[in-house]
Amino acid sequence: MAVFWRLGLGPQTHEKMPNIRSRLALTLAVFGASALAACVLAPLVGSTPLSLRRVFDRSIPFQDNVDAQIFFVARLPRVLAAALVGSTLAAAGVVFQALLRNPLATPFTLGVSAGAALGAMVAITFGVDFAVGTLPTVPIASFAGALGAVAIVYAMARARHHGFSTNVLLLAGVTLNSFFSALILFVQYLADFTQTFRTVRWLMGDLDVGSYTPILAAVPFAALSFAAFATLPRSLNVLTLGPEAALARGIEVVSTQRLAFFSASLATGAAVSLGGPVGFIGIVVPHLVRLLVGSDHRLVLPASALFGAAFLIACDVGARTLMAPTEIPVGVITALIGGPFFLWLLIKRS
Amino acid sequence: MSVLLQATDISFGYDGLLVLQQVTVAIERGDFLGLLGPNGSGKTTLLKVLAGMLRPDRGQVRLHGRPLSGLTRGEIARQLAVVPQETRLAFEYTVLEIVLMGRHPHLRTFELEGPTDLAAAREALAATGTSALEDRPFNTLSGGEKQRVIIASALVQSADLLLLDEPTASLDLRYQLEIGSLLAVLNRDRNVTVVLSTHDLNFAASLCRRLVLLRGGRVLESGETRVVLTREAIRRLYDVNADVSFHERAGHLTVVPIGVTPDAERATPRGGGLLASGAGAPDAREDA
Repeated sequence: MAVFWRLGLGPQTHEKMPNIRSRLALTLAVFGASALAACVLAPLVGSTPLSLRRVFDRSIPFQDNVDAQIFFVARLPRVLAAALVGSTLAAAGVVFQALLRNPLATPFTLGVSAGAALGAMVAITFGVDFAVGTLPTVPIASFAGALGAVAIVYAMARARHHGFSTNVLLLAGVTLNSFFSALILFVQYLADFTQTFRTVRWLMGDLDVGSYTPILAAVPFAALSFAAFATLPRSLNVLTLGPEAALARGIEVVSTQRLAFFSASLATGAAVSLGGPVGFIGIVVPHLVRLLVGSDHRLVLPASALFGAAFLIACDVGARTLMAPTEIPVGVITALIGGPFFLWLLIKRS
Repeated sequence: MSVLLQATDISFGYDGLLVLQQVTVAIERGDFLGLLGPNGSGKTTLLKVLAGMLRPDRGQVRLHGRPLSGLTRGEIARQLAVVPQETRLAFEYTVLEIVLMGRHPHLRTFELEGPTDLAAAREALAATGTSALEDRPFNTLSGGEKQRVIIASALVQSADLLLLDEPTASLDLRYQLEIGSLLAVLNRDRNVTVVLSTHDLNFAASLCRRLVLLRGGRVLESGETRVVLTREAIRRLYDVNADVSFHERAGHLTVVPIGVTPDAERATPRGGGLLASGAGAPDAREDA
């Protein structure tokens, strides 16, 4: 921590800290380096040791270069999937926490993940097939389920309020979570043994995407969300003072809240459809980042996006190697870290 | 003096329940206006309508002659700042970060604060006597310090009009005096126009040059404080008998509540008799 203070990443103070520009540059450099290092180094770790030099040795044809094949075909898609899922879930967590003015909110609080899970369950159990090209059915079904949940929660938040009530949003999300969980149990009850195994495995989170296709399918939605996130940080700072204080400081509150809600939901939907509902990333990463850089969302949001990628890549390396040759679902690893962390946060806050 | 903010014939209701009815208020540059009235009289709602946070069902609010409904939030925030009763943070920010948030309406979407914004923040901190607190986490401050910092955050908006909703509601006597003297200095030395709502009649009497008395969403009376703040007005406003006199040492009117009027006591027999049964009883009898 002291290192970060010396680096000038801590909250803004006039004597020991440089201005926001240099703090932002430093934040991007430090967390960007961690994400890049994770992306490059993680594919080298596994049951078969790889040489980075051999991987990029262009003198060996690809079909003869086993290191390159393992790197690019077996491991890199998984690492990139982890980067995309970790990054979007962490950033969505930051946005939801600011939107709901609740540091304990997660990307899954508003029912997006439950909607995605229901979509995936239905696709797996009833064998619905609406694959698009090489993109399989389950990610599409889970994304559709996520969007359905978003639409229901949004409609309820609008119906009970002239503008956009975050209280109703929260209540609707929590209720929808419970309702969808009941539907998931019902669908599971109808499933046979194999289908149940597949659905349970999906619920644990799985980054073994097998190819680049699902990643490329998720990228446009994640990119759209991040484009919206880029406009939000200073407004999120002011929004955390409360809607009236934000109005008084010139924020168009309802349109900002709407943009935050839809962009974070879209990011969550894309992430869950790619890697399943990998829990706790959206709360652990933003809080670790806040410990290092303070609460300014202009630093927290990009830092969380970058650190979220590095964090989930590291968790997935653990999932692949801790009990090798058996693989632990990555969601189990993040839950094992996130559960105690969440309890620590609760105790700290109380 | 030129009219800065003009509310004309304002009516507003929540779900059909009228909270403001045909309210007209004109605020002139350099004014120090107090809104007085019992709970539910519409003070806070009127402040929100004046700040453009609520759109009136009828009537119009004009800021510098332009209808508020035609201005963006940013345009309004550059001319008019609001200080709420209490500010609670969901995340930990330092005092300087909170004050710098007041620069939001002056920055473009991707713009970061520069030296000018930092200088404005430091000036606002100095004006509110909070320079020494700038590195402190906001949540560790006392109630009075927090309110000063929020006023600094409002000042840094460079607005010439400050609207405050019961700024001393949760503060002890010393902090009330500090906030009062800060507002007086801002009004006198920096020509900041101040509009505040309060339940504290002595606080209003010590600061406000003009008062608007609200009851049941209507303006009961308005005008200069020394003319409006009378025993009769207080009785009509609160159903309370009070002595109003000029205090030589304080240099302003002072109000001493004596007791609830017998009419009001009959209407609310539960606890209304506490004051009337004490020292105020003779006066209450006299009024009856």
